[in-house]
Amino acid sequence: MQRFRLHQGGLIDRSRPVHFTFDGRSYEGYTGDTLASALLANGVHMIARSFKYHRPRGILGAGSEDPAGLVQVGANANETDPNMRATEVEIFDGLETFSQNCWPSLSFDIGAVNDLVWRWLPAGFYYKTFMGPPANWMFFEPLIRRAAGLGKAPEGKDPDRYESQNRHCDVLVAGGGPSGLMAALTAARSGARVILSEETPLLGGRLNALDPSETSINGKTPREWVAACEAELAKLPNVTVLTRTCAFGYYADNFVALAQIEQDHLAPAARDAARPRQRLWRIRAKEVVLATGATERPLVFHGNDRPGIMLASAAETYLHRYGVKAGNRAVVFTNNNGAWGSAFALAKAGVQIVAIVDARPAPEEALMRQAASLGIPVHPHATIVDTRGQFRVKTAVVRRLDGHRGVSGEATVINCDLIAVSGGWSPNAALFSQSRGKLRFDAGLPGFRPGPSWQAERSAGAANGAMKLADCLAEGAAAGADAATKSGFAGTNPAAYTLQQPDAPSYNGIATWQLPSGRSASSTRAFVDLQNDVQAKDLKLAVQEGYASVEHAKRYTTTGMGTDQGKTVGINAFGILADELGKSMQEVGVTTYRQPFKPITFGALAGQHGGALYAPRRTTPMHDWHESHGAVFEPVGEWLRAQVYTRPGETFASALQREARTARTSVGVLDASTLGKIDIRGKDAREFLNRVYSNAWLKLAPGRCRYGLMLKEDGMVFDDGVTACLAEDHFHMTTTTGGAARVLNWLEEYLQTEWTDLEVYLTSVTEQWAVAAIGGPKAAEVVAAVADKFNPNPGNFPFMSFREATAGGIPARIFRISFTGELSYEINVPASYGLALWERVMAAGDKYKITAYGTEAMHLLRAEKGFIIVGQDTDGTVAPDDLRMPGMAKTSADFIGRRSLTRADTVRKDRKQLVGLLTEDPSVVLMEGAHIIATAVEPVERPAPALGHVTSSYKSPNLNRSIALALVKGGGELIGKTVYVSRKGADPIHATVVETDFMKQVGSHS
Amino acid sequence: MPTYSFLSLLREGFTGHKGWTPAWRFPDPKPAYDAVIIGGGGHGLATAYYLAKLHGMRNIAVIEKGWIGGGNAGRNTTIIRSNYLEDASAAIYEHALKLWEGLGRELNYNIMMSHRGVMNLAHDEGEARVLKRRTEANRLNGIDTEWLDAKQVKEFCPPINISAGSRFPVLGATLQRRGGVNRHDAVVWGYARAADVMGVDIIQNCEVTGIKVEAGVVTGISTSRGDIRTPKVASVAAGHTSIIANMVGVRLPIQSHPLQAWVSEPVKPLIPCVVMSNAVHAYVSQSDKGELVMGAGIDPHNSYTQRGGLDTIEHSLAALIELFPMFSRLRLLRQWGGIVDTCPDASPIITKTKVKGFYINAGWGTGGWKATPGSGHAFADLVARDEPNAIAAPFSVERFSSGALVAEHGAAAVAH
Repeated sequence: MQRFRLHQGGLIDRSRPVHFTFDGRSYEGYTGDTLASALLANGVHMIARSFKYHRPRGILGAGSEDPAGLVQVGANANETDPNMRATEVEIFDGLETFSQNCWPSLSFDIGAVNDLVWRWLPAGFYYKTFMGPPANWMFFEPLIRRAAGLGKAPEGKDPDRYESQNRHCDVLVAGGGPSGLMAALTAARSGARVILSEETPLLGGRLNALDPSETSINGKTPREWVAACEAELAKLPNVTVLTRTCAFGYYADNFVALAQIEQDHLAPAARDAARPRQRLWRIRAKEVVLATGATERPLVFHGNDRPGIMLASAAETYLHRYGVKAGNRAVVFTNNNGAWGSAFALAKAGVQIVAIVDARPAPEEALMRQAASLGIPVHPHATIVDTRGQFRVKTAVVRRLDGHRGVSGEATVINCDLIAVSGGWSPNAALFSQSRGKLRFDAGLPGFRPGPSWQAERSAGAANGAMKLADCLAEGAAAGADAATKSGFAGTNPAAYTLQQPDAPSYNGIATWQLPSGRSASSTRAFVDLQNDVQAKDLKLAVQEGYASVEHAKRYTTTGMGTDQGKTVGINAFGILADELGKSMQEVGVTTYRQPFKPITFGALAGQHGGALYAPRRTTPMHDWHESHGAVFEPVGEWLRAQVYTRPGETFASALQREARTARTSVGVLDASTLGKIDIRGKDAREFLNRVYSNAWLKLAPGRCRYGLMLKEDGMVFDDGVTACLAEDHFHMTTTTGGAARVLNWLEEYLQTEWTDLEVYLTSVTEQWAVAAIGGPKAAEVVAAVADKFNPNPGNFPFMSFREATAGGIPARIFRISFTGELSYEINVPASYGLALWERVMAAGDKYKITAYGTEAMHLLRAEKGFIIVGQDTDGTVAPDDLRMPGMAKTSADFIGRRSLTRADTVRKDRKQLVGLLTEDPSVVLMEGAHIIATAVEPVERPAPALGHVTSSYKSPNLNRSIALALVKGGGELIGKTVYVSRKGADPIHATVVETDFMKQVGSHS
Repeated sequence: MPTYSFLSLLREGFTGHKGWTPAWRFPDPKPAYDAVIIGGGGHGLATAYYLAKLHGMRNIAVIEKGWIGGGNAGRNTTIIRSNYLEDASAAIYEHALKLWEGLGRELNYNIMMSHRGVMNLAHDEGEARVLKRRTEANRLNGIDTEWLDAKQVKEFCPPINISAGSRFPVLGATLQRRGGVNRHDAVVWGYARAADVMGVDIIQNCEVTGIKVEAGVVTGISTSRGDIRTPKVASVAAGHTSIIANMVGVRLPIQSHPLQAWVSEPVKPLIPCVVMSNAVHAYVSQSDKGELVMGAGIDPHNSYTQRGGLDTIEHSLAALIELFPMFSRLRLLRQWGGIVDTCPDASPIITKTKVKGFYINAGWGTGGWKATPGSGHAFADLVARDEPNAIAAPFSVERFSSGALVAEHGAAAVAH
């Protein structure tokens, strides 16, 4: 039974009742209710506990500003949502909600013991203790962590999905209240592309909280007018209206991010699996209208945090939008005229207004008369000094104000079940502030409102400090016209309207940042931040202790740092600080508004870019063949490469040994399609190569290839690869697999910023060519069979050559290059022929027992020959000479990094140099990354000096022993000497330093 | 000044906390100091503290443009570790870690130093190789890094997704158990309070507008609150180092970038340690309050504004959700940016300059927080003695001419 539901009114669908639970108890509401409005309809006010003292918390607001009415939504462990605002959760049949941050139950919460010792837990108490001895922070931290936190995170993978999308528009209007609607209508009629975003499910904003019988726009009730606006906007193809969509972040260059709830409000059965749960809109707008409204602020008085104490505007919203009475006996406590209207509206709906308490010395006569006519007792120039009621407010104690800081006279005790409070209104300027605009204090409001614009935006209506509906409509229309005009739709005129409204007195608020209680300061408990339990005295303590900057005070007390982003906190806190410091509000200023305006789901921010789509795996045209032939894959950069091909009965290790052996004794083939490939053209291509490679390139003839090293400016090796000269002005560059994008960016940066005079064009062709690298003693026979009318014999086709040919009619580029030391060919074909080429190679090699080999065998084979892998045998600290490869640094011309090669440290003799290592025991395979020391016994003291480390290490089937490459200090001078490879928990391993070409020195093919 | 302790808190609780005095004074600048430190962040205040405490220099000032701790000290993700690859890096970060261990009690300010362990994940063979190498380097440098396989990673941090089919499978990780997190504001405030007691003037809302040099020797500074004479000026102005150095014509190989971080709404304890991943440029820990504290790699553009783009966060979150699937439904509460001064070798600059009496401590890139006490300690030594000690010496700006770089860039793309 919805005891507090009015018999009529509200924008809810009474024909569709909804059943939901809170803490296991079943309640009824209507479609269109929020959890808060439905619970209030059932008389439930206390729904949460606060963060620090675990004090009972109710519902203060009616939207995203509500500070502490947080619940856990959903019972499914993977789908549960912590910290959901009851004022924003839309109810549906079967919705399960729970209180959080309390144990064992909401009404009996052990954590509330904190509230008994509140005197010892002021702001920042934890900075002063828990340092030990005897117990230190590591002892206390787990206890504090368990007590902290609010709701519980889900346990597993989120079953829902999310999307993000980009949009451009002429005019973005943030906020669908009266100002936003006028702005959108005006801009839309001009033909501008308009996006209107509204945070809540309904357009209309504050209009939805007005008494429909008292206000009319264009001769319609507010709701009818909103519907008409909505209908007109819906018809215009240049307009997108997004409800349940919060503009949460204003970034550089008018980039505004919106978060849209697509399905949270639907019962699970009604959700469309084809649609995301939530959507991120990334908007780049030419012009922005901020029509984000204003937030009513609570009053700071002793005992102001009990359930049943609610913003006056929220009480009105529950009344008119949801048809719910927030209480039966209400005290209205205000410092402005606005809340008097709330009082009269509540009275009209049958709520007994037992008192209007106004902090102002002389409320307006007209209001006093109206109150008197309704029989409402008024307490002018008074304040509430205390409240009572454990889980819901039961009484308010009222006394007269005396001067600025005191109270006097008899206390009046008033029984009530609702206190509707209003401390005035604060423009919602978070987005404006995020846009880098500076706020200025307006003593007339009083409050902070937007100053001059920094980006192409303007604020309108309540967001700009306008507190009258007529002003909001007018400002919205003007802002829409201005935005449309500036975005290219000149001559746009503001949309017209007529407004009929009873004469409301202007709002005439005063600044009352904290009201006196008549108690000692230390025993007054007046809350500024209801979520984080920051009291006025905490802010004063911060000032007392020197945390006087507004940012220091915020951080020291945690004011406004809760999940509500301090929407109802800010100005009260700044005011208390200003009073305490004796400074003006403008001097004190405001804390930085950070994005987002309200909490935004991580999943929505990740959008569809999660999981496999985060960085999509790239596979080669031969991938399916690899997969069907037992390939084990490994990620290499963005690619998936076959690491090894296991045949039935083989282990990873035995397959590797077979592959590596066959590749040297008969023939093997590697899918080398992933190597980075860059097509380089232009009359200066050769000069360009000569500058980016450290070795010489000017004399490379067409039809020839060369291995090159690229250095960074610091002279250290950055990438390597073979580049072929296709024609005088045309080259085919290869890079490492992982370095392809990096190298292309690097080359482009030089072309575009340093060498703008060179005529060179770069095109990534990595994915245009598929490559089979065929190597081994039988490689020539296989290539002869694969290619058409092509003689691959070394006598005809020298090492480091390139020819165009065909293979079974497929156009091909054949290179005679080798990464294993064997006779090798790389056949490149257009990628779409990759699989055909591969199968042709396998067929041709069948009689030689050809083996496909993976990256693991490739690594091993190249190490046997002493060839480096950039990034494994180098680490950004290795210069060409350190590799002990002669001729890699030309003297004939300048190149990137050349200058650095003559620096004092680069010419040191004892630099780390690449050498081979052979362990004394040939069966011992060194650990890659192991460190090399100079002594057979590892020193005990730390740090212990190291000579270098093992970069590559393998068990070689062809040499029948282990081999390793290492970077060793002065390694070149140590050839033939013994070094010691350190390891944890055992004696160092003895190894001999050797040259890197193991094939040459250890023996021929076994 | 009252000592902070359980007993003093108990006593003040009875008397309404009336006895607490300001943690620092708000002095006007004096006409002259023995040394002036530009920048009231963690490193600057630590420098002042150690100058006063260890070198007896008490007639000194810290000049801060805004409020102390308002720059990177208040914007970082508070990760502490010392498991660096290079010997010189290991020395300074381990020096810092040892100082962190006793700092709360030394300063009589609870900095909430939580040695909860820092894990660096390996997602492919290449990363595993690099991390194992680092583990070995650390072992020889006396740093407590251990290698965990995927199963041990899961045991240490149960929420992590180690499934092999993941886009970023976890092959293993290094773990430094002494690593962890602390409370950044508390460190700033603790150093400030302790320095103030020794007589250091901490001057807030005071912007340095010029540095006076006569015949190659520093003689003073100009500020928005007047001129100050001093023979020693120590710049610790992360994010604006290039601007300060430019005042005396010192050029530095520094590039400034935005670096972003963000927190989730608070939830009950979920992540027991710090988890970092180079491959996806993301890292996460959970604050004592319950917020997940996350960070990304630098925004790629150069900037002096403390803000970055949403795309960086979108990208990191997509990766973090892959690692921690339950993050998906949690919500972004707050995002912010700082400016980091990055050096080509991803190591800092602690140096004298060609201008006598002008010293620079800068270029900490994305990893300055963890070094705070070690950095301040070493820099104070340099400023006091005009000679770098063994820890500071490798970080001289001369290394960019000699080529003796302290190369951490190859080893850790994300060096937080």
